[in-house]
Amino acid sequence: MEDIAIIGVGMHRFGRTEGMSGRAQGAFAVKQALEDAGIGWHQVGVAFGGSQDAGNADALSNHLGLTGIPFINVANGCATGGSALSCAVAALQSGSADIGVAVGFDKHPRGAFNPSPSDWGLEDWYGDVGLMLTTQFFALKTQRYMHEHGITEDALVRVAQRALRNGALNPQAWRRNELSYEEIANSMAVNLPLRKYMFCNPAEGGAALVLCRARDAHKYTDRAVIVRAAAVRTRQHGSFEVFSPGLVSDVADSPSVTASCAAFEMAGVAPSDIDVLQLQDTDSGSEIIHLAENGFCEHGEQERLLREGETDLGGRLPVNTDGGCLANGEPVGASGLRQVIEICVQLRGEAGARQVPGNPRLGYTHVYGAPGVSAVTILESSRG
Amino acid sequence: MIISSEYQIDKTAALLGRHLLLLDEREGKILGLVGLRCTDCGERYFAASSNCTKCCSDRLEPVNLGTQGVLWSWTIQSFLPKAPYASGEDPESFRPYGVGYVEMPCGVKVESRLTCAEPGDLVIGMAMKLRLVRFGTRDDGQPLYTYAFAPEGAD
Repeated sequence: MEDIAIIGVGMHRFGRTEGMSGRAQGAFAVKQALEDAGIGWHQVGVAFGGSQDAGNADALSNHLGLTGIPFINVANGCATGGSALSCAVAALQSGSADIGVAVGFDKHPRGAFNPSPSDWGLEDWYGDVGLMLTTQFFALKTQRYMHEHGITEDALVRVAQRALRNGALNPQAWRRNELSYEEIANSMAVNLPLRKYMFCNPAEGGAALVLCRARDAHKYTDRAVIVRAAAVRTRQHGSFEVFSPGLVSDVADSPSVTASCAAFEMAGVAPSDIDVLQLQDTDSGSEIIHLAENGFCEHGEQERLLREGETDLGGRLPVNTDGGCLANGEPVGASGLRQVIEICVQLRGEAGARQVPGNPRLGYTHVYGAPGVSAVTILESSRG
Repeated sequence: MIISSEYQIDKTAALLGRHLLLLDEREGKILGLVGLRCTDCGERYFAASSNCTKCCSDRLEPVNLGTQGVLWSWTIQSFLPKAPYASGEDPESFRPYGVGYVEMPCGVKVESRLTCAEPGDLVIGMAMKLRLVRFGTRDDGQPLYTYAFAPEGAD
């Protein structure tokens, strides 16, 4: 399969931007990514993008130019950005266009998400009685995981503490205040075992990538990042997913496991080859589970890795170096592409105070969302 | 409206998810949760489903999942959920509630409100029993009921 390269990245800062629509934040990100690639919108041949709460992505053309290209709206929950990237890669590999854009943006109201049961194929009673909350799922999965694998609250606190420590080093982050162990451990219970600072918040922002075939990348930049794999997988019978009134007795791997395995196979590399990684951290518990589900450690090993600093910037497995969802918030449509951009910035050696040492060569991103979809990418530096 | 105890409920009561409950209408008692069993491969489900996600058959028949199980996981809902939550509570009247999965004897895990919202009283693996509970009040003043699980021995 032909290699595809990321030749431009752009973001509108995550958080809250009063008076600016989600779509305008998406357009801002695309313009920045085009500028980074040194090209104009008229050179783009195909685009994929989406948002959950901020409208159709193809309406971005009104901000960017009505050039008549195919602009496909992607709606895949938290995996919207990852899905848009995966589609753009496939379109470029097929030869149907020379330059592609993947974009995600969003603008959510404050507070937890409040999905409608009928949108997810569920009956109204499920929402009425108070069971339709993503935060409950994360807590229930984390509680069970801690029970089965001997993880304690210490690990939950350390994930949040590291996310905010990294966020403080990231000028683009929404949350830039470090918190002490005690402040996190004693924060308000939201859905035990998860507390206030162990959850990310719905937010706003935009993120965009410009891509082309790797053999053409030198025409635009000397800082290209090669997409070695981009895989999307959905849930199988027996996996434990969000919004499940019941779970069958069969047990199957989550889509994170299957997407991860597919990506490692595509790239021909192993978890031990990865130098820097982004894992979906809607909450502390999810990041801990995802570290093992993506093959980076054994189940139950996370607590030791966290305590020994292995997932810190200078550790063996630097995780969520930009502060992740916990420090950046989660604009659903944009979040998966933020992860990819952070890895690009790290592989380009441009991450400033949060730069992972030792010229990282291979990076990894993982996003998970309702109703059981994961997207994984493996990215490689083209620096010599 | 006749409610003689938390176990018993008049047939006219606002009972959410009523079609999932096996009720003794005369006594107003709950006899079990209604699940589905695939007649081709035997896989069991809770709650509504139009086909078997294991073997893709669309031949499903109702099955009684019973009234007793063990706690598989739990959390406490500590903040007032936004809509679609429809208990009629406001931030002042909101009372935190437990949420869990209860593993039934056939292996199906049922997501449910729990009658207990005390973290110290909930332990994975503890025996749980099915009940009907009032969880809110409708706009017209009618009490709202649903199924829930209580720790065995709690009343």
